[in-house]
Amino acid sequence: MARKPARGIATWAHAAFAAVCGFLYSGMALALEWNLQPAGSKLAEDIHDLHEYVMILCTVIFIGVFSFMFYAVYAHRKSRGHKAAQFHENTTIEILWTVIPAIILVGIAWPTTRTVVAQKDTSNPDLTIKVTGYQWKWGYDYVKGEGEGISFVSTLSTPRDQIENKAPKGEHYLLEVDNELVVPVGKKIRMLTTAGDVIHSWWVPAFGAKQDAIPGFIRDLWFRPEKTGTFRSQCVELCGKEHGFMPIVVKVVTQEEYSKWSGAQLKLIAAAADDPTKTYTMDELKKRGELVYAKNCTVCHQATGKGTPPAFPPLDGSKVVIGPKDGQIATVLNGVVKNGTPTAMVGFGKQLNDVELAAVITYTRNNWGNKTGEAIQPAEVKALRK
Amino acid sequence: MSAVVQPHGHAAGGTAAHDGHDHHDHHGGYGGVMRWITTTNHKDIGTLYLWFSFIMFMTGGAMAMAIRLELFQPGIQFFNPDLFNQFTTMHGLIMVFGAIMPAFVGFANWQIPMMIGAPDMAFARLNNWSFWLLPFAASLLIISFFTPGGAPGVGWTLYAPLTVQMGVGMDLTIFAVHLLGMSSILGSINIITTILNMRAPGMTLMRMPLFCWTWLITAYLLVAAMPVLAGAVTMSLTDRHFGTSFFNAAGGGDPVLYQHIFWFFGHPEVYIIALPAFGVVSQVIPAFSRKPLFGYASMVYATSAIAILSFIVWAHHMYTVGMPVQGQLFFMYATTLIAVPTGVKVFNWVATMWKGSLTFETPMLFAIGFLFLFTLGGFTGLVLSLVPIDIQLHDTYYVVAHFHYVMVAGALFAAFAGVYFWLPKWTGKMYDETLGKWHFWLTMIFFNMIFFVQHFLGLAGMPRRIPDYPLIFETWNKISSIGAFGFGLSQLLFLYVVLKCIRSGEKSPALPWEGADSLEWTHLPTPAPYHSFETPPVLK
Repeated sequence: MARKPARGIATWAHAAFAAVCGFLYSGMALALEWNLQPAGSKLAEDIHDLHEYVMILCTVIFIGVFSFMFYAVYAHRKSRGHKAAQFHENTTIEILWTVIPAIILVGIAWPTTRTVVAQKDTSNPDLTIKVTGYQWKWGYDYVKGEGEGISFVSTLSTPRDQIENKAPKGEHYLLEVDNELVVPVGKKIRMLTTAGDVIHSWWVPAFGAKQDAIPGFIRDLWFRPEKTGTFRSQCVELCGKEHGFMPIVVKVVTQEEYSKWSGAQLKLIAAAADDPTKTYTMDELKKRGELVYAKNCTVCHQATGKGTPPAFPPLDGSKVVIGPKDGQIATVLNGVVKNGTPTAMVGFGKQLNDVELAAVITYTRNNWGNKTGEAIQPAEVKALRK
Repeated sequence: MSAVVQPHGHAAGGTAAHDGHDHHDHHGGYGGVMRWITTTNHKDIGTLYLWFSFIMFMTGGAMAMAIRLELFQPGIQFFNPDLFNQFTTMHGLIMVFGAIMPAFVGFANWQIPMMIGAPDMAFARLNNWSFWLLPFAASLLIISFFTPGGAPGVGWTLYAPLTVQMGVGMDLTIFAVHLLGMSSILGSINIITTILNMRAPGMTLMRMPLFCWTWLITAYLLVAAMPVLAGAVTMSLTDRHFGTSFFNAAGGGDPVLYQHIFWFFGHPEVYIIALPAFGVVSQVIPAFSRKPLFGYASMVYATSAIAILSFIVWAHHMYTVGMPVQGQLFFMYATTLIAVPTGVKVFNWVATMWKGSLTFETPMLFAIGFLFLFTLGGFTGLVLSLVPIDIQLHDTYYVVAHFHYVMVAGALFAAFAGVYFWLPKWTGKMYDETLGKWHFWLTMIFFNMIFFVQHFLGLAGMPRRIPDYPLIFETWNKISSIGAFGFGLSQLLFLYVVLKCIRSGEKSPALPWEGADSLEWTHLPTPAPYHSFETPPVLK
């Protein structure tokens, strides 16, 4: 398979198409809009080459077959006085046009098989990271390798105002997150995918890496980034209302930067570890709770606490929220299960720690029209954990 | 292929004179609406199917317009993400089960008895019931929008466990799928029985028009595949309400099991839609080439090969669920194999046109449009069958573009070709050729404007089923949306052409298409009589 020349022909064909379309973009910008994203790993590059090889093959066959058809359309038309020949069936030609495509398919399947096998080989990673899809954010846990123990949730950081057209859209509209996944360049990264609620799919096109995240099961994929930079993508399996709003952003840094980052992260985690034995004041809890609420609850229950009924009920005036505190703590910890099946209200027990839970519960019990006056302490949450 | 002994089976048949009254206009006991509710006549039922299909096509099309409207520019403008998901779901379900499938059952009803020399379908009352299940199913789908929580927003594939989070609209959809499945299975049993038992003497299987062959095979596919779908959605129903855990890992089930079951139905479904389209095109191309189909027998074998292969390739829809490498390779090899019989079909159609005496009336234009664009869709299918490339493109707009080339440029174009081809036979009147050609060219141009650019969107990385998108995708989405509005409006022209033909079309000659040679053209008057063949035609 002549890879480099093939690329040249494809580029030429693409350029010709661009000219025909009459788009006055720079070649680069246009290329980004109509072709696979620039490869950031060897695997992605193999996929690009394979795609171009197959596309060229298909284009040649397509033109070949349809030049016959269009010649017939031109030359064998009644208006030109062409009389129909009444031939039909010809064993030789029928065998040929069965066997030749089969041979071409073998020519396609052979190089493809190598890539399939390479893509599946997740052995001997340098760094293993678990990614968990939640409605609608990604949780990352560095489970093995340098930085082991780092854990964070990555959520869309594009302001709602931009989505609702109240503010001009930024450069990375819908492709920006609060916490980016950081990985070192040149290392084999193995991602374990799973999900907490429904099926999501984790994808970074630049690495040729896509794997569904399936609740209750762990699957894996690997990539080895070959250049530093920021790579952006989105969830690619319909996962409910906010499916379009859970981006994936991977920042590839040099080994030194990575060591610095992971060290700092681990220190930060140690320092910021919430003290679940401390008794917090109402103000501390409400202040912290507002932040936790904004990150985890606003999408469904809205900043106003009014929700979007009937799918997402209001918290303002909710019987659960202003009712006995144990009931609300249990709801937030374990989620709501109706008739044995989980609802969109998932349990936050695994995503949030006792302090965060105490804070957000306190916040909802003492905000909007809710005035219970109760400050929930982390110890109370801890007591109700199963 | 039909050598004629009696030039006109109906008129020449000895029974035409019985009771001294003409059966041509005899509609049974009822008039008005009751005629349509109680009818057991294959032509009436065919007409019902076709109009139902058109109404559903317009309904699903309206949802497509809403989708393209929201995607015209970045940001959320018209519909909240929840409603957007409901539109994508219902657009898919309505188009597949409400528009395309009933359209071809309509053709089957109208054409099969006439093409094989039978008086009617084998089970006339069952035929009535198969149709009348459909409006109820469609109503359930539409009503789901007005239930608390709205219609399900899970995509037409109804993947678990997202289905568990949906409101009562999901249950209505599941019941609708049950009804649609029943309708299809009953219709298929009827078609199989009719074709196997009611052919005129001398009409051997290998002399049947190819349209009958493709439908015979399709009907078997339906009987085999639809119960599997019913099983899948029923399991979702019990997971939702009765505490089962078929698709819930916490209870020992597996969400991926749903996908296996769904696609075991879903891939044959692709051919359930495509094969009758192949059949229509295989009637139209020879007629306007004034030349017999190049390889009739090899077309029959290719159709059968496609049908058999369609049952062993389902997991190519699931390369990203995390199959073992052996699984990926098996499904990849099996899938690429489908290119061989599909290629045989394309080569046959081109060889049929070769050295013909071609004219380009509207049916032929749509058939050529089909041939050209369906092949393009076939090639993108080949691209997607390759695991590494599919892993890049799975669940992006590339896939959306691919299957619309197969479903719209494939099935819908073939349906248009069929309507224009047989409308004179059905109504006895000619449609307006100029307007028909306008309809073709507008449809052709706008179709490509919508979907060709979506290949680029998919390559560049735009996921499907999102209501809002990053700024880099704006240009192609705008072009695609403009194309969609044009495409939608062009279909109103189709409605106008058909209505104009029915109301005030010029009288059609007995044989409007010089090259048409199947029984409905050679052995029946135009328009076709209410009861097709009261005595079987005799074929040499």
